[in-house]
Amino acid sequence: MSAHIESHDHHDAHDHDHDDGHAPSTLKGYMMGFFLAVVLTAIPFWLVMGKVIPNSQTLAVVILTFAAIQIVVHMIYFLHMNTKAEGGWTLLALIFTLVMVVITLTGSIWVMYHMNANMMPGMSHNMTEQQAKNLP
Amino acid sequence: MSDMHATPSAAIAEQDVEFWMSKDHHPANGTLLGFWIYLMSDCLIFACLFATYGVLGRNYAGGPSGADLFDLPLVALNTTMLLLSSITYGFAVLEMQKNRRGTMMAWLIVTGLFGAAFLGIEMFEFAHLIHEGAGPQRSAFLSSFFTLVGTHGLHVTFGIVWLITLLFQVGRFGLTPANKRRIMCLSMFWHFLDVVWVGVFTFVYLMGVLP
Amino acid sequence: MNMPDLAKLIFGRLTLEAIPYHEPILIGTFVAVAIGGLALLALITKHKLWGYLWREWFTSIDHKKIGIMYVVLGIVMLLRGFSDALLMRAQQAVAFNGNPGFLPPHHYDQIFTAHGVIMIFFVAMPLVTGLMNYVVPLQIGARDVAFPFLNNFSFWMTVAGSMLVMASLFVGEFARTGWLAYPPLSGLAQSPDVGVDYYIWSLQVAGVGTTLSGINLIATIVKMRAPGMSMMKMPIFTWTSLCTNVLIVAAFPVLTAVLVLLSLDRYVGTNFFTNDFGGNAMMYVNLIWIWGHPEVYILVLPVFGVFSEVTSTFSRKRLFGYASMVYATVVITVLSYLVWLHHFFTMGSGASVNSFFGITTMIISIPTGAKIFNWLFTMYRGRIKFDVPMLWTVGFMVTFVIGGMTGVMLAVPPADFLLHNSLFLIAHFHNVIIGGVIFGLFAGINYWFPKAFGYRLDEFWGKCCFWFWLVGFWVAFMPLYVLGFMGVTRRMNHFEDPSLQIWFQIAAFGAFLIALGIGSFLIQLWVSYKRRDELRDVTGDPWHGRTLEWSTSSPPPAYNFAFTPVIHDTDAWWDMKERNAGRRVDGYLPIHMPKNTGAGIILAGFAFVFGFAMIWHMFLVAGLTFAALLVTAIGHTFNYKRDYHIPADVVARTEAARTEELAAHV
Repeated sequence: MSAHIESHDHHDAHDHDHDDGHAPSTLKGYMMGFFLAVVLTAIPFWLVMGKVIPNSQTLAVVILTFAAIQIVVHMIYFLHMNTKAEGGWTLLALIFTLVMVVITLTGSIWVMYHMNANMMPGMSHNMTEQQAKNLP
Repeated sequence: MSDMHATPSAAIAEQDVEFWMSKDHHPANGTLLGFWIYLMSDCLIFACLFATYGVLGRNYAGGPSGADLFDLPLVALNTTMLLLSSITYGFAVLEMQKNRRGTMMAWLIVTGLFGAAFLGIEMFEFAHLIHEGAGPQRSAFLSSFFTLVGTHGLHVTFGIVWLITLLFQVGRFGLTPANKRRIMCLSMFWHFLDVVWVGVFTFVYLMGVLP
Repeated sequence: MNMPDLAKLIFGRLTLEAIPYHEPILIGTFVAVAIGGLALLALITKHKLWGYLWREWFTSIDHKKIGIMYVVLGIVMLLRGFSDALLMRAQQAVAFNGNPGFLPPHHYDQIFTAHGVIMIFFVAMPLVTGLMNYVVPLQIGARDVAFPFLNNFSFWMTVAGSMLVMASLFVGEFARTGWLAYPPLSGLAQSPDVGVDYYIWSLQVAGVGTTLSGINLIATIVKMRAPGMSMMKMPIFTWTSLCTNVLIVAAFPVLTAVLVLLSLDRYVGTNFFTNDFGGNAMMYVNLIWIWGHPEVYILVLPVFGVFSEVTSTFSRKRLFGYASMVYATVVITVLSYLVWLHHFFTMGSGASVNSFFGITTMIISIPTGAKIFNWLFTMYRGRIKFDVPMLWTVGFMVTFVIGGMTGVMLAVPPADFLLHNSLFLIAHFHNVIIGGVIFGLFAGINYWFPKAFGYRLDEFWGKCCFWFWLVGFWVAFMPLYVLGFMGVTRRMNHFEDPSLQIWFQIAAFGAFLIALGIGSFLIQLWVSYKRRDELRDVTGDPWHGRTLEWSTSSPPPAYNFAFTPVIHDTDAWWDMKERNAGRRVDGYLPIHMPKNTGAGIILAGFAFVFGFAMIWHMFLVAGLTFAALLVTAIGHTFNYKRDYHIPADVVARTEAARTEELAAHV
């Protein structure tokens, strides 16, 4: 009878030692994460402090990419993110949150940039003639 | 229809189908998931602060800019402290898995010390900025800078308070399942702060000094 | 240190001047509240109820009791919020032709701010949270929520927040800024007094509770479903609750952050939203609506769940389009984050931004429309019983659709440029919040009351309540649509044009009808209590329900279910009844339950004092209470023995009593 119930019951883990669903951490994993984190931190610092890339827009994109990769590294090696922990709910929550974070960040910057461009054209240095005509 | 309520279980019409569990039901513990969801909500607080910095971060109001103020070697040192504290926390977790209480507590103490060093450096930096007249009131850029970095620092402070509490609890009650869960929660908290710091040093410091 | 310095150290800027004894309306209210409060306290003392209340309710971590307390809080605050509404309607009905009315602008502005804040945060939110708290664990076959202590703490934080709002009535004043407190008006330069600080701290304190209860319910739904209940077998109310709590956890941090920034501007002198030093007030508007729009769906999604349950129960049919209902809910959850700018089309982001947000806003009406059709098709060819919950549901469908359509009108940016800030907007959002959220809450209260108390609510007064609310709503808000089209703006204390007066008088009459509706509801509660023996339901299933909460007794025992149910179908209880599942009456086991604790109420008490001290700049007191808060919280973590077992023979006795009751009923 109980076996029958179990077959319906995917989230009722009876193994209490690992009821969190996390795989045990390993020294190798932590060292790998640490090594990657150090490299991924050092390179952008070096790029900026050594003025390696003269174009600051390119440089910004490059260091943001490094940050994104490093965040993924931390997620995998330190926070042990994977598709199995907690039945995938932690990963789902993370993805949802990342979507929200991206919406909040890019949305705010987009909205506020346009608002400044339209409402305070004196503040933006490269207003076109067309924009100047459309001033309220 | 109401008469069926009192039908004893022996009279179940379909023998194969179980409607009530006969043994004790233990739902899986939700603490780690709950704590993760809390971290996600915290993540959105930081997203707002990052967005505010993104929008206001170049409004210097005639005051100093990031390029004038930021001391990148100091930031690099600070980042090192936090990274080291992360790996030492990892060592503590490994010791916890082996049920070695003493070494685990030692690694936790090392972690706390690195965290405290991070805070000390950050407070030195803040004091230096305020002393130079670049306090949070000077411009919207500095308001958003102090708030974002300060909120992260506040989180680290609470992390250290929690860590000390945990040391007492582990010292007194041992590595019980409840305490292990708490250590894992603090581990998530600590590594999460690390992730936020990656955003801070990239978005605020490194990009802040770009022309 | 001399006396004034010492007084300032302890009391900050709180002086006797802060008591508004020169305002007759406030003094009258205060006297009434004081007498009423003293009478209540005396009554409790006389009947020696303090110990009972403390042991059985205030320190209870039972999700059912906490749910009931949330609903009580919501109803009490509804009376406060609605009296604000009556004052406004009365003022606007008379303040014409040079008649200043009875409310000076200074007071009127506080009233419309308090009305909005209270109705959203301390009426709608507690009622919604209360229903979710009560019903969700029962619907998923759980014995409590995932974090029972946190649940108690969340409730008391909400109470502490509402007490701060109430305190502003008699000590100092409330914000005069409108319910979202836009800077620069809410900044230090324009609002130097305590009103905005009351606003900030009451929302911050309550916000902690809301966020934690959101986390709690997500973990509950994800982790504690009964065996066999896969995601697509969850009752629809549980689904909408899950999405609501996801929204809470994702949106409330934004509110917390933006209020922190505003308070830094006010307390520390930073320049986020100021007019100089590079601050940008528009950033506040942007951020607060990133919270504000999801908030609308936080309120309405759970009641969509209520309507789904009610419609299928009273149509005696399985819900039409269960899967599409779930997908619609999830789509709304995500889309609700992509529409926030429609609250400030007119602030000048330009055509590209406005069209993006206009289009997303129109898109979000599609899943909502799908839900309406699902309910209609559920009713189609059903055997509909028009009990009170079903009346509210039908009233909702008629009313809400109109509100939705005016919403789509406002989603068109050019139309919004004409209608923004007008009474048309006011009519629109009352149309969806009253016609949606309030109607749904009444449907839910009437539907689940027998579960919570073991007897039904009186039908006659329930119908009175419904008709007064429905007619009152239409009479009160249709004139506002008309006035909005005429260009009349919101938040006005008096008008010059006498031709408008008739519309405001009609609206005031509508508000009076709604007052009768609220009165009928209170009478309904009282009459039902008096007639409880006639209205008694011993089956636990008075409506022939379909979901698990109806499978247990009314009110359910502390442990909810003597045996954890095993689920084979979406309408789990209906399925059990169809297949003659019956009750299990033997083989009881001890049941593992969480223990009551007073930590929640103590922590929230400290939070209240902390908030109050911050508002009045009593920084010494604030520091001390914050330290006390921290120490108490840490102390609480040293308590490892948070649970106990209900012995098997107690369970057996409780269940035997129910068996007897059921047998007597037949």
